[in-house]
Amino acid sequence: MTTPTAMLVAHKERRRATRTRSIKAWYRNGSLMAGMIITGLLVLVAVLAPVIAPYSPITQHLTDALQPTSPAHWLGTDKYGRDVLSRLIWGAQVDLRVGFLAVLIPFVIGSILGGIAGYFGGWLDTVLMRIVDIFFAFPFYVMVIVLVFIFGSGEFSIYIAIAAVSWVSYAKIVRGEVLIAKKQDYVVAARLGGMSHARILVRHIGPNVLSQAIIYGMSDIVMDIMAIVTLGYLGLGIAPPTAEWGSMINDGQEFITTHWQQATIPGLVVVVTSLGLSWLGDGLSDLLSPERRK
Amino acid sequence: MLHRLRFIPGRLVQSIPVAFGVTLIVFFMARLLPGNAALAILGQQANAASVAALSKQLGLNQPLWEQYFLFIGRLFQGNLGTSLTYQIPVSELLSQAIPVTLSLLGLALLLALVISVPLAALAAFRPGSPRDLGVRAFTLLGQGMPQFWLGIMLILLLAIGVPLFPVGGYGNSPADHPYYLFLPSLTLAIAMCPTIIRSLRSSMIDVLGSDYVGTARSKGSYGAALFRGHVLRNAAIPTVSVIGVNLGFLVGGSLVIEKVFALPGLGSIMINAIFTRDFPTVQGVTLFVALFVVVVGILTDVVYTMLDPRVDLSGKENA
Amino acid sequence: MATPLLSVSSLTIGIRRKGQPDTVIVDSLSFDIQKGERFGIVGESGSGKSLTLRAIADLLPKGVEVLSGSIRYDGAELIGMPAAQRRKLMGPEIAMIFQEPMTALNPVVRVGEQIAEGPRRYLGLSKQAAAELAIEMMAKTGIPDPARRARAYPHELSGGLRQRIMIAMALSCGPKLLLCDEPTTALDVTVQHQVLRVLEELCADSGASLAFVTHDLAVVNQTCTDLAVMYAGHIVESGRVAEVFSDPRHPYTKGLLDSAPDFDQPDRELVSIPGFPPNLAARPSGCPFAPRCQFAVEACTTAMPPTDEVAPGHFAACFESARIFEGAAA
Repeated sequence: MTTPTAMLVAHKERRRATRTRSIKAWYRNGSLMAGMIITGLLVLVAVLAPVIAPYSPITQHLTDALQPTSPAHWLGTDKYGRDVLSRLIWGAQVDLRVGFLAVLIPFVIGSILGGIAGYFGGWLDTVLMRIVDIFFAFPFYVMVIVLVFIFGSGEFSIYIAIAAVSWVSYAKIVRGEVLIAKKQDYVVAARLGGMSHARILVRHIGPNVLSQAIIYGMSDIVMDIMAIVTLGYLGLGIAPPTAEWGSMINDGQEFITTHWQQATIPGLVVVVTSLGLSWLGDGLSDLLSPERRK
Repeated sequence: MLHRLRFIPGRLVQSIPVAFGVTLIVFFMARLLPGNAALAILGQQANAASVAALSKQLGLNQPLWEQYFLFIGRLFQGNLGTSLTYQIPVSELLSQAIPVTLSLLGLALLLALVISVPLAALAAFRPGSPRDLGVRAFTLLGQGMPQFWLGIMLILLLAIGVPLFPVGGYGNSPADHPYYLFLPSLTLAIAMCPTIIRSLRSSMIDVLGSDYVGTARSKGSYGAALFRGHVLRNAAIPTVSVIGVNLGFLVGGSLVIEKVFALPGLGSIMINAIFTRDFPTVQGVTLFVALFVVVVGILTDVVYTMLDPRVDLSGKENA
Repeated sequence: MATPLLSVSSLTIGIRRKGQPDTVIVDSLSFDIQKGERFGIVGESGSGKSLTLRAIADLLPKGVEVLSGSIRYDGAELIGMPAAQRRKLMGPEIAMIFQEPMTALNPVVRVGEQIAEGPRRYLGLSKQAAAELAIEMMAKTGIPDPARRARAYPHELSGGLRQRIMIAMALSCGPKLLLCDEPTTALDVTVQHQVLRVLEELCADSGASLAFVTHDLAVVNQTCTDLAVMYAGHIVESGRVAEVFSDPRHPYTKGLLDSAPDFDQPDRELVSIPGFPPNLAARPSGCPFAPRCQFAVEACTTAMPPTDEVAPGHFAACFESARIFEGAAA
């Protein structure tokens, strides 16, 4: 489990590591490869779910409930007789989709607001950063849970809830990057050359700053998947009977003494997913950090 | 030492706007409920009398700003409204739950430090070595696990597989509580560790490469004495702020973990309240948690100042 | 002559590389420091002078190690000595003063406690007694109001005071050898002068020997009795300070002296040495100074010149020394 601030810290650390040109370049390339392979396979499984899933993830066969592992059901069946493997495969579709999509809105909103605050400074910056402070006071899960409660459960309110919470991190990162970029000689030169604010933001500051936001976004996807899975576990996420890893863990916890694999396996899938995405993020940060290209 | 804490009053004043912002957001949560808030809370099947009663309790019939001042006014009297489910004041519900959540957090923080400091030191003294990679793997795994799932796995291993600890609950007498809190705290601690280890490891590497550690070595200091006298405190300084800002998040995590272990803390109350659509309770928990985070921010500054004599927050803008 | 306090012979320091030749930074260095001697090591940055000092103190940075050679302290071989035994020398026998008094002091510990740390460990003093000793040492280094200053943190003191704290710390266990790594470079010139005076006096009082690394010839002239001039990991010339200064026998030493201002001859023109020190990875064969030396001949680029005793106690490593200097004198 990771936290937004931990991610911010790790993010800075990564920046520093890339600045000093880590000796472990081989490891980082390796992590990019591993991340790409794991993530690629997961995406493939999610996209091909209708083709490769041996059974329907939803149709109940109550007579076949809680079957052990067998050639017919590689990972057994759940309490409604649904094939666990099929549900895992379809779950990949739901969890990955929501994870990837949930990043987009806060990414856009946060980057724009952070960019404006950092570039123009002054009272705009002060007000915006106060608002960021206020939002930071609400723990991620508390806010997400309350907002899902308010908007009603369902995929759409998950997007809104996550966006409402995580835009602040993007705003902070982009603002910080802009503050650094603003003082760079080439930006000062562009300004003296009579270039407009908008042009400077888009042409000169944007590309450098956005790569940092993208790197953060990679780890944010992991965070969002954790949030969806947690909401699913709490029964506040994607409504049943849709297959989703978190609700599968919740279903499995009931039978933890007799069928331990029911709760264990979906969790392992989450672990593998987040490892893959973290490695991919680490690898990408190497590729995208401009310091490294020097 | 004391004169360096003179920043506290100023810092308190500075957090007042944030605290007000927090109350504003919590207040407007009720307004975000679609349609008539009272109806939305009670559900479509509610009878007209109870909708009217709740409307009155929420002050829905008055202008918005008046409602807010009413809300703030009650807040200052410690009045958070009445739980719709239990028909007792929310503040009473909270006062029973807060000690549970705080002890969970406290014990978790302690365990997290007990695990993190040695692991970070192991890694930092030999960066790139097998043991550094091992610690790295541990942090990666710890980051990749959903907290609640880790809790379930610990139950599976240490409560069911090897029945050392209870599966859940809080115990009946105060003497039982630590025993019942151990597994949930361990879960939360393992969730905290990656963040702490990452921060400590990198600052320890910085400190170990610093000139003053060279000076200490030139005085013949080594091993545990060197670590205690010159490395740990310096390395702890950046980590304190990392822990401070993350504690808020961990409160959020602890809410979920309480559900896993059936602990009667804020999390259980909040999640139950959500299912029973007990809005005043949800509001109360949210408000408390957010204000707690603001207070933790101030406490972090105090610890930070005590650890680092160079910091003087009295003249500076808060970070 | 009696056993030297410190005897360095054929010391080679560098970075070991797998499957490749080692990168040599300091190349078979030899010198002795007698009891009570104040020995200066002069050279440009990158000449290996600081690493030599750090090798003596066992404080080489990660990755850099002693590849071969010997360092004998009071007759005992330090290279290969068990770490625990060697550590025990640091403080009561050998102490070190660093270049940056800002970063060399622990920022979160009161300076008095930092001075007291060594005495508590080695002299077995109580906390109280060690604190008193710390104040006494601070007074000896000329720090005004030492009892109050002992309770200060490093960032509350000026650079000069901090360096005095370093001196007090280094001398607190009564070492016989004091290693100084550019101790005054970070200070203002006036403060530099005061700090050097304190250092000199205290060493004279306690009879401690000094190994003093600097790039500043004037500092050596003020502080040291003997010196070695290092260039690209080699000692090119060594001898008594007065003699080397008045009668340099290596073109590099001569170049250094010509490029430093001399207050006795303010009208003399300053001459800089053309070119840059060699890259360690692409070390020229032969004399490392040859590419920059106006006197270089064919032989200089093929073989390393041997170290000759050009006068009693005065050594230089230059094929052409006799031709250049005695010829010029004649």
